[in-house]
Amino acid sequence: MHDVHAPAAHHGPPTTFISKHVFSLDHKVIGKQYYAMALVAAFIGMFLSWAMRIHLAWTNAAIPGLQILSPNGAPGGVMTPEYYLQILTMHGTMMVFFVLTTAPFAAFGNYFLPIQVGAEDMPFPHFNMMSFWVTFVAFLTLCAAFFVPQGPPLSGWTAYAPLSAIGPVAGPGEGTGQILWAASIGLFCIGQLLGSLNFISTTLDLRAKGMSLMRLPLSAWAWFITSCIGLTAFAVLLPGCILLILDHVAGTSFFIPGGLVLNDQLQSAHSGGSTLLWQHLFWFFGHPEVYIAIVPAMGIVSHVLITNMRRPMLSHRALLYSMIAIGFLSYVVYGHHMFVSGMNPFSALVFSFPTLVITIPATIITLIWLGSLYGSQLRINSASLFALGFVSMFISGGISGFFLAQPSLDILLHATYFVVGHFHLVMGVAAMFGIYAGTYFWFPKMFGRMMNETWGKVHFWMSFVGAYCIFMPFHYLGIAANVRRYSAFVDDYLQPLIPVHKFITIAALFTGFAQMIFLFNFLHSLWFGEKASDNPWEGTSLEWSTKTPVPWNNFDTIPVVYHDPYQYGVESSTGDYVMQASPEQVKTLHDEA
Amino acid sequence: MATTVHEQPKLKPSREPGKWQPDLGGGGRIPVPADGPMRSLKDFSEPPASTAMWVLIAAIVMSFAAFTSALVVRQGGALDWRHLTLPPILFLNTVVILLSSVSLEITRRQIGIRMSARSVRSGKPALWLGATAFLGSLFIAGQYAAWLQLRAQGLYMSTSPNSSFFYLFTVLHALHVLGGMIGLLYVGVKLERMTLRRSTLTAMCRYWHFIGILWLYLLYILWARI
Repeated sequence: MHDVHAPAAHHGPPTTFISKHVFSLDHKVIGKQYYAMALVAAFIGMFLSWAMRIHLAWTNAAIPGLQILSPNGAPGGVMTPEYYLQILTMHGTMMVFFVLTTAPFAAFGNYFLPIQVGAEDMPFPHFNMMSFWVTFVAFLTLCAAFFVPQGPPLSGWTAYAPLSAIGPVAGPGEGTGQILWAASIGLFCIGQLLGSLNFISTTLDLRAKGMSLMRLPLSAWAWFITSCIGLTAFAVLLPGCILLILDHVAGTSFFIPGGLVLNDQLQSAHSGGSTLLWQHLFWFFGHPEVYIAIVPAMGIVSHVLITNMRRPMLSHRALLYSMIAIGFLSYVVYGHHMFVSGMNPFSALVFSFPTLVITIPATIITLIWLGSLYGSQLRINSASLFALGFVSMFISGGISGFFLAQPSLDILLHATYFVVGHFHLVMGVAAMFGIYAGTYFWFPKMFGRMMNETWGKVHFWMSFVGAYCIFMPFHYLGIAANVRRYSAFVDDYLQPLIPVHKFITIAALFTGFAQMIFLFNFLHSLWFGEKASDNPWEGTSLEWSTKTPVPWNNFDTIPVVYHDPYQYGVESSTGDYVMQASPEQVKTLHDEA
Repeated sequence: MATTVHEQPKLKPSREPGKWQPDLGGGGRIPVPADGPMRSLKDFSEPPASTAMWVLIAAIVMSFAAFTSALVVRQGGALDWRHLTLPPILFLNTVVILLSSVSLEITRRQIGIRMSARSVRSGKPALWLGATAFLGSLFIAGQYAAWLQLRAQGLYMSTSPNSSFFYLFTVLHALHVLGGMIGLLYVGVKLERMTLRRSTLTAMCRYWHFIGILWLYLLYILWARI
């Protein structure tokens, strides 16, 4: 017996349809499976948002098909207030967990992290396969909540206790639906923990010769940082879900206080639980989750921008260290979600300060992007446009964060659409733009064909204009004290705002239509797109060194890395760039920043 | 437009002949020199099993930290907190799980001697591995006996917050021990087939010792707070 290191890929090429496409050990197939699941979840989430928006603008309008989904929740297609909250819960859960977490991190990370570090596969392919399938079961479990008698839960994606813990007495969906929700999220946590385990060991242990940490592309760094954040964040949400399920099925009182009266019934079976405990457990995960969504998008966007600018960022290290700083700081800001929870005002002050501090690395990153873009001859394509769109959304959404970081302002704005506008722009739309940038950029490598550029640009401009038309007015609504989570606006003071809601709904339908264009482009390009070359964007990192389509073990021969990740603007035999795996000596053609 | 020669990564020869010292901005593996001798490069990154085990342990620590904070918060604001007497068998179980760590350590050392080919027939590692698994089973049986004792006193999961946390901590820990026993089985099969890697064995031992330490921590928390 010899002590040898595990080879990167200790599985052979798949031989059957099942082992190749279903229960695959190949990180690339698993990445595509994650992407497909995220795509389905994104469209479900989008249709749910359409239903909500139509209801908010035209409260009594019947929405075709909704009565089939829930005859009780939407009799005749007009949703009840409770069903509005149930749809709101499912939209948030679907989007945050199964789209924003899985697409930029699990999907692209699975596919490209091993290739970018120069490995044949993840070190634990079985765990990797389990990671996807556990997540997929979590997805089905969540979807199952639509089809149980009382429907999905109505406690929001944050599932605040005691509403989420007390059971059916709290309202439709708070029995079986809420248990399914908690089980789904618990499973999701396990899936992501298995994924993080693989991501971290891949980055630390399976780098090719010459691939020092500082030579990793920024996207690989972003996935690594995200897996470290996810490891600790999901490990805390999982206990929260276990305790929530136990409150439902085992008669415990972790989150349910005594003397609670709901629907005129005293909940005498419970006593002594802490409702704030759930908020602490949830937001200890919940705020890092924001960065689990946005940091991979930052990495992807940086990678895409550099390739299209044909020069490295002004400071690779400053950008990298800022992403790491964001990762660390993400844990100490979570209390800013709880300013109105009744927490001690001094605690609010303590959480407010790091919340303002975290804007410093975020601003450094943004300034590096802008400074690097300044004067660059950016190649305009769908990927680079979406990367620019990401920067725009990140700035627009981030600025409103300055207001919300201060308890005195947040107390006024917290329950309004101002917050909805803020987090949709900075987390939702920005991360989606990052996903799209990654999709247009890596589609040729993943599927061997090019996406249609014209339709890609149409998709971008419609999404860009549409997203601003939806989410900027939200800030205005919030300042006008338009309360969020209401299913209809019947108060007199809200009546003048109804036209704004109608405008937003039309913008949402328009933007959603743009996503249909993307879907058509995606599916059409899969079969009929122009054949892609090995390196269509003239990139330098290792994913462009290997063949298209990528062989099952990624590289015909394991690459040796000679260069930093972004050697653009040089004089080489290939043009203005030299690939990481090329031993060629090169000359720089521009002043080093 | 300036034209400068882009420098290749520099390598400094280490004090030991035949080895290279990395000149990195960080990172685990030695960068390749433009014109250096490739044969002298060695891979010194950790085996993935080792890293993965630390990662797994970190995740479990975070989870139990969350459970502990739940216990502290729940106890802090509760009027219904009533202390319960821990079943004495828990202390016997503690001895059992500590002994299992000792037997696994003996297994590891005997396999280590075999791997280093100092003595191919050194000791009986399979026997000691079996003893570890037996002690692990005994621990779980002992925990089960503790649950039965509590049940006999009329203390169920929902009886009081104390009993809730008692069952929660002990059951979750027992599940981790069960996971460890599956790992022991895996190691045993690999050992039998002569395909066991040292990194796998080391990772397994690390996990088993960890769940022993975790039990000591949980016992302290249960004793001090419940």
